[in-house]
Amino acid sequence: MRSKRSKWSLLLMLMFLLMLVLSACGGGEDEPSEAEGDADTTETDDGSDATEDSGGEKTLVFARGGDSESLDPGSTSDGESSRVTRQVLETLIDFAPDSFELEPGLAKEWEVSDDGLKYTFYLQEGVKFHDGTDFNAEAVKINFDRFADPEHEYAFADHDYVYFMYSAMFGGHKGDEGHVVDEVVVVDDHTVEFNLNTPLGFFLQNMGMTYFAITSPAALEEYGPEINENPVGTGPFKFISWTKDDSIILEKNEDYWKEGLPKLDRLIFEVIPDNAARLIALRSGDIDIMDGLNPDDAAGVETDEDLTLYARDENNFGYVGFNVQNEPLDNELLRQAISHAIDREAIVDALYAGYGTVAKNPLPPSYLGYNDDVEGYQYDVEKAKEVLAEAGYEDGLEIDLWTMPVARPYMPDPEKTAEIIQNNLAEIGITVNIVREEWAPYLEKTAAGEHQIYMLGWSGTNGDPDYFLSSLLHGDLIGDSNREFYQSDKVDQLLNEAKVEIDQEKRADMYKEAQAIIAEDVPMVPLVHSTPVMASSSTVKNYVPHLSTSESLEEVDLE
Amino acid sequence: MNNEERQESQLSSPALALQMEEEIRATSPWKDTVRQLRKNKFALIGFIIIITFILVGLFAPLLTPYGYEQQVLQDRLKPPSAEHWLGTDDVGRDIFTRIAYGARISLQVGFFAVTGALIFGTLFGLIAGYFGRWVDMIISRIFDIMLAFPSILLAIAIVAILGASLQNALIAIAIINIPIFGRLVRSKVISLREEEFILAARAQGMKNGRIIFHHILPNSLAPIIVQTTLGFGTAILDAAALGFLGLGAQPPLPEWGKMLADSRDFIQLAPWTLIAPGLCIMLVVLGFNLIGDGLRDALDPRMKN
Amino acid sequence: MLSYTIRRLLMLIPVLLGMTLITFSIVHLIPGSPAQTILGQNATEAAIKSLEESMGLNESYFKQYFLYIKGLLQGDLGTSLKSKAPIVKEIWPYIAGTFELTFFAMVFAVFVGVNAGIISAWKQNSWFDFLAMFVALIGVSIPVFWLALMEQWIFAQELGWFPAHGRQNNRDPIEAITYFYVIDTFIKMDFTQMVTALKHLVLPSIALGTIPMAIIARMTRSTMLEVMQSDYIRTVRAKGSGQFLIIYKHALKNAMIPVLTVIGLQTGVLLGGAILTETIFSWPGIGRYIFDAINYRDYPVIQSGILVIAFIFVMINLIVDLLYTYIDPRIKY
Repeated sequence: MRSKRSKWSLLLMLMFLLMLVLSACGGGEDEPSEAEGDADTTETDDGSDATEDSGGEKTLVFARGGDSESLDPGSTSDGESSRVTRQVLETLIDFAPDSFELEPGLAKEWEVSDDGLKYTFYLQEGVKFHDGTDFNAEAVKINFDRFADPEHEYAFADHDYVYFMYSAMFGGHKGDEGHVVDEVVVVDDHTVEFNLNTPLGFFLQNMGMTYFAITSPAALEEYGPEINENPVGTGPFKFISWTKDDSIILEKNEDYWKEGLPKLDRLIFEVIPDNAARLIALRSGDIDIMDGLNPDDAAGVETDEDLTLYARDENNFGYVGFNVQNEPLDNELLRQAISHAIDREAIVDALYAGYGTVAKNPLPPSYLGYNDDVEGYQYDVEKAKEVLAEAGYEDGLEIDLWTMPVARPYMPDPEKTAEIIQNNLAEIGITVNIVREEWAPYLEKTAAGEHQIYMLGWSGTNGDPDYFLSSLLHGDLIGDSNREFYQSDKVDQLLNEAKVEIDQEKRADMYKEAQAIIAEDVPMVPLVHSTPVMASSSTVKNYVPHLSTSESLEEVDLE
Repeated sequence: MNNEERQESQLSSPALALQMEEEIRATSPWKDTVRQLRKNKFALIGFIIIITFILVGLFAPLLTPYGYEQQVLQDRLKPPSAEHWLGTDDVGRDIFTRIAYGARISLQVGFFAVTGALIFGTLFGLIAGYFGRWVDMIISRIFDIMLAFPSILLAIAIVAILGASLQNALIAIAIINIPIFGRLVRSKVISLREEEFILAARAQGMKNGRIIFHHILPNSLAPIIVQTTLGFGTAILDAAALGFLGLGAQPPLPEWGKMLADSRDFIQLAPWTLIAPGLCIMLVVLGFNLIGDGLRDALDPRMKN
Repeated sequence: MLSYTIRRLLMLIPVLLGMTLITFSIVHLIPGSPAQTILGQNATEAAIKSLEESMGLNESYFKQYFLYIKGLLQGDLGTSLKSKAPIVKEIWPYIAGTFELTFFAMVFAVFVGVNAGIISAWKQNSWFDFLAMFVALIGVSIPVFWLALMEQWIFAQELGWFPAHGRQNNRDPIEAITYFYVIDTFIKMDFTQMVTALKHLVLPSIALGTIPMAIIARMTRSTMLEVMQSDYIRTVRAKGSGQFLIIYKHALKNAMIPVLTVIGLQTGVLLGGAILTETIFSWPGIGRYIFDAINYRDYPVIQSGILVIAFIFVMINLIVDLLYTYIDPRIKY
């Protein structure tokens, strides 16, 4: 036993010696950087590294707050996923870089029949998927059949794949009553037809959504249900690797069909959950573009010569919703009183640092059919008190306000928003209890109508008003995304008609009328349309943030 | 010292992990303890810190003209000044006011969580230690299993089940501390059970309950007292951690951990919003640790010179 | 010795079983359907119902538990609802991340703690002793997350010495082999990358290692004070000054047992503290993996993540216990 003990102590000595050496090494490595200022040293380190490796490669690091859920775009509605898949996979129709105007994508032209029941797409020729197979009409058909039909061999339904964005946008899946797509027909190698059961006013807008991008059929065959970790498309960048919660690496597609693009050699999406840490990383040169800048930091970024500030155009809508079917908020006067009592101006100034506009309609101002004649409810404490008395609550009342547990672009700080509203309503004698639920139960319980007042928002993805108005306020969607439990026959009728109308001007009028009715009925207090801010290092060129929160980075360059 | 006992004593003071040899006999010299404590400068400092925070918490409304939820949106993120001693937060609330009211929350959480853990832990520990056999077997295994999870992780899981609120955080913290007290008491009871005076009491036909509460419990008090004091510190720390993760106190309650989490985004713009809440958590925990250390030294004859 | 090992191993069985029962129940008691989270706020009720069914959430608990245990025994940790990938396949990088972080935190804790403790005892009541013990007192009381934030503020933002996020510089990604980046870069003999990996480790390791460092320092000091009373040290000391190395060697030998104890005990604290540290430093480790999974209601990940951490913790305690009996022959069983 004695000898054993001394052996152990020897081992221990060795361990300490090793630590000494290690820590001495560590100290040595850090010393020069400490003396010269570390940020600079790191940059030169990396610079020389890059040149050594591949002779002046242009690598851009894009940092965001959360990881992608799936790189199979059809199977998710997650914005962090489409941000990445947008670079790898392409859609038939593209949106313009700064609006929802339609531009050619994988389809160079398209035609619509007069009855709006047949859409013909003429595809780009000579386009190849990253795996070398040809992009053609057959590939388009396979992809759309896969989305539409849960029984399809590439639908992977037994691996829990659900293409719910497809069913939301096209009225259901194959066999469902409302499903608008009857059949996808391959006319020839580069022509494909979509035959519809009923007209759909926003069919073409849908074709631009990142969810309906075209994956290589050969890859679907090869990877099967693992396609969500191995995207293969026709886009400007090829997928290389994905380290979960850390980084996704993409590389230039040398054979990209658009001449001279992309300009970057390598594109890396990095996850840095904390806003503050992300900005520190940008300042130290570790990353090039950051999403999710804290609005309060925007001023500092703007004055910093080494950084560039961006604001995404308004494409969302944050609101406070009422449960209009239950006591006490079935009382319209009470809803009006609350609308007058909330100081939306102050909320936008304080929590959005001015990067947002006060909302009056459940639709962003740039949208088709936005009704600017709606007056909205002005902040007016006296008026609010009057209306409250009129509603029969002179002595005030107690109300539950459900607050979102997660931050979203339209609501960067839901807790603080709730606290401000709590304070606002206290002024007219309404006591607000803030209720907190986790995200999943929050969505479930508000859909089930357990709330009195709640907060939520909506972000546009195809630039069409239907996506906002119908989702949030159509009577058929009560218990789903209509969490106001708002039912107006007139509004439903207008929305239904607008949905199948393909004359866009007529549609605009119907939506305007619907907004006027909604404003009168006050099922919700529109709060804000935010313009989320982002920052990049000033070496980044040609970066244009798109409204839909995901943009192609093919034109982006580094100086 | 057998293995189990060694583990007990370490677990009994996780923040200190100094081996405790609690060999206090039937007639514990309490007066001596108080005298010892008075001489211990560190313990005195600890008492001063804690009493200061208690007073600040109690008299919070007198110390500041503001309410803890009173917002002045125009005055957001103001640096410390004469009006706002510690500055304001991002909705223009006075940070000093929130710190002062926050002291109430932290001290209450510490008190209730530790009391809960103390009651249930002692109860289970007494039962396990006194009755032995399969009762001990079951209770001890449950303690083992609970201790097999890192405590904060278990607390997070419990809060995830119950829903995030201050009250549920308190319950979670109480639960994770039960096995710590339980084991401590159990080992003490086992070492006492075969003592002559207990055997004598039993021989005289004394009932179990009477033996436990009149003989065994009073003789196990010293380590329990020390652990309780130290437990206050860890409970406050855990509550702050849960608050920080958004699983504890909910707005607008001025809980210190929650205040830190809320201010994270302003680390560049308004670092003062981050300093005070963290410093206060540290001071309170330090205070309890100092008192706990002092008590241990005073109650532990081995450390007496 | 052998019989103790066997007994100790047997004692593990009920603990492990109990652990699976706890992780299983935790997950089923958490309110909120995972189907809702997967499908997001624009999901229809019908879609949620059908997804729940296909995920097997409608089976009886008993059957689900049975399938769970059966899967575990076959090395199947389930499939992540979020990524749809087998957890066994994707969990390793997270475990490696947490391991690397905790290891360096422990290295920091042991190295600084033991040395500070020994010197404090050697120079008892000197200014160094007071300073070291003051720091140690602060160290056991400081909230990990606050220390981490302060580090981030001072050393990353104001001074720019160390990065405050992640494990590597993604502009120059490390090719993962073992996912222990320090080892990976060593295998490839790429020392620039190794320095980068180490730099990323500095702030989180110190934040995480401070509590055990303080505990080890205090413990070593008190052990040393006893050792200082021993005849051996008295003799050496009597020979005059300059005998520090001899004492240091002797002291180290004696410091081993308390240090080992602390390593065993503090692993749990470290693994728990890792959740907070990883959140602040954007460290892709198992703590963050679980925490994100809780918010996402990714049941299988919550289950398996917690189980894996608890398993590691139990194993480390087992090893420490066995080492004890091996090192210190005075401990008899």
